[in-house]
Amino acid sequence: MVVAEKEKMSLVIYSGNLDSALAGFMLATTGASMGMEVSMFFTFWGLNIIKKNEGGIKSKGLVRKMLNFMNRGGSKRLKMSRFNMLGMGTGMMKGLMKDINMPSIDEFITLAKSIGVKMYACTTSCGMMGLDESSFRSEVDDMVGAAFFLGEARKSKVSLFI
Amino acid sequence: MKADQRLDCIGLYCPMPIVKTAERIKQLKQGQVLEVVADDIGIKGDMPAWCEATGHEFLGLEAAAGEIRVYVKKTHD
Repeated sequence: MVVAEKEKMSLVIYSGNLDSALAGFMLATTGASMGMEVSMFFTFWGLNIIKKNEGGIKSKGLVRKMLNFMNRGGSKRLKMSRFNMLGMGTGMMKGLMKDINMPSIDEFITLAKSIGVKMYACTTSCGMMGLDESSFRSEVDDMVGAAFFLGEARKSKVSLFI
Repeated sequence: MKADQRLDCIGLYCPMPIVKTAERIKQLKQGQVLEVVADDIGIKGDMPAWCEATGHEFLGLEAAAGEIRVYVKKTHD
């Protein structure tokens, strides 16, 4: 059999909500399972999904420190885009996810990594928000720019903005 | 239908049966058949689509008593 070059799929993960993150990782892991080479580009609020859960986020300057304090992020701190209700709604949703054996975002990140999904952080958002490699979990492959994303996207059969 | 291996996906929803199928198919030899048992009806459309994308052969499905059994033949490594 002739081994064809793998089809590509590229996702922009702009939103940092639990529900958006779920949609992103469901498609990414399905794409990888269908034999596609999947890249996820996390930008703006989406960066919250891949911030490390433990420890502090180090950043310089008062405004950035405040931003990363109020907007701490981390896969375990994501909230629903609607019906958060001071965390009650998000807690209930996590219960429902567990009820149907759906992986948590944390488990989805581990799963995605294990089946070859690439995860990238947007350098511009990082610069603005005062984030660097040390802000992110180890599964993140690299920090890249918009041209790198478009380079992947133009070769992709599937490209989505989430 | 006779199968060489069986993958139990009862209680799992999309995309987990597909993710698990992609993992398990690696354990089969070329020409062998994998039976996937699921109760999420999404698999009816998902498995033929997965087969079309990966090139493995979709042999068919049997639905009975809230259980869907789909059969996939491994056609290549």
